[in-house]
Amino acid sequence: MADIRNSPFMFALGAFIALFVTVQSLVFIINAWKEGTRLGISAATMKKALIGSSVFSVVPSIAILLAVLTLAGALGLPLPWIRLSVVGAITYELPAAETAAQAFGTSIKNSITDPTVFSAIAWAMSLGSVFAMILITLFTKRIQSGIHKAQLKDTAWAGLLISAMFMGLISAFLGSSLAGGLISILTLLSSAAVMALFGLLIKKAGLAKLENFAMPVSMIAGMTVAALYSLASKGGSL
Amino acid sequence: MNAPVKNYRTYEETIHRNGRIWMIAAIIITQGVPLAISLYFGVWPPLGKLIAGLLPTMMVFWPIAIIEVITYTPMLGSGGSYLGFVTGNLSNLKVPAAISAMQQAGVEPSTKEGEIISTLAIGASSLVTNVVLVTGVLMMSYLLPILESPALKPAFANLLPALFGALGVVFISRNWKISIAPLVLMIGLFVAIPTLPVGILIPAGAIVSIGVARILYTRKLV
Repeated sequence: MADIRNSPFMFALGAFIALFVTVQSLVFIINAWKEGTRLGISAATMKKALIGSSVFSVVPSIAILLAVLTLAGALGLPLPWIRLSVVGAITYELPAAETAAQAFGTSIKNSITDPTVFSAIAWAMSLGSVFAMILITLFTKRIQSGIHKAQLKDTAWAGLLISAMFMGLISAFLGSSLAGGLISILTLLSSAAVMALFGLLIKKAGLAKLENFAMPVSMIAGMTVAALYSLASKGGSL
Repeated sequence: MNAPVKNYRTYEETIHRNGRIWMIAAIIITQGVPLAISLYFGVWPPLGKLIAGLLPTMMVFWPIAIIEVITYTPMLGSGGSYLGFVTGNLSNLKVPAAISAMQQAGVEPSTKEGEIISTLAIGASSLVTNVVLVTGVLMMSYLLPILESPALKPAFANLLPALFGALGVVFISRNWKISIAPLVLMIGLFVAIPTLPVGILIPAGAIVSIGVARILYTRKLV
């Protein structure tokens, strides 16, 4: 069967999702603007919130675009685009895609050209991230009507719990990457080194603006090393 | 003085009704994407394998979803939550955008004014992300032959070590004490048996690191 990853149908699905998100955003902005006017918030203040947030969002959005690009090799363009337009974030989508691929005896190290595996990955990405949306539907009203009651009693432990769960996931993937051969190790170390450099620049040199680019640039640096190393080891010259 | 209060109640009622309708629509549409793929291309993944592939990440991310909902909802307000949890990228974009907009407007989260400013900020942010992604994907669709070229194959093949090298640095530097035990365990396991499937080991790694974190926390070592 033909490769469906970049088929027109997938792009059409992506366009539909983009349209949905646009309409929902516009409806929420219009309703909030009307209510803000009723509450006596000045149009200037509200305009400033809209423009300020738009400017603020440009750079992180480019970072999200780069994340789409990193997934495009395995999954094509439309599916990562869809997933990162709604709900998703690269830290969830990539592990979800890989564990689903592994259940079918393959890996997103390869291009996912098998339609069944591709559909399984799409299902896993979508089902895995639906839970927060269900919770929001059911509980936002309750949480908002009793904000102080609902806030976590022990925020320090909650933060630690999130870190610990992520650490479990990260350690499993780090272990498997370290066992993945020389190129894999080189990639991991390069990306870690670039990330550490970003950390130093952000903390010591106060370049907080770099924060958004730290993750995608580190990933792309690591992936570039992988491409260059394999090119060099094949005896090819640059 | 009663009128504004009454009006706000009205907005509050409508925002929950409308928010829920939009959220349910979003759930249907997001789950509709894989459904459409399966229907259109006539491919249905075997359920058993799908569950095996889904469970490991679900066990990590569903509890995180609970914590995110409880933590972010009071910050983002009702409108902001109904919109932000659909458009995603919360911690890296929507939450900082909303908080900085509220700071600049001089309003507090979980007040009437905060609710409005936060919703406007998240709406604007979602629109910008959408424009950037649509433009970028259109441009990249012309670059597809380059993305598929053999020279770039090793780059995409090493996507996972590239992500987890960087992510490892972030989380280890944030809290190195809870990372040692799961890291040592996993590296040891994979060096011994390199072909182990990651899926099975994610919950094991999470249980070990949560256990260690709890011990360190109760002994006030973190």
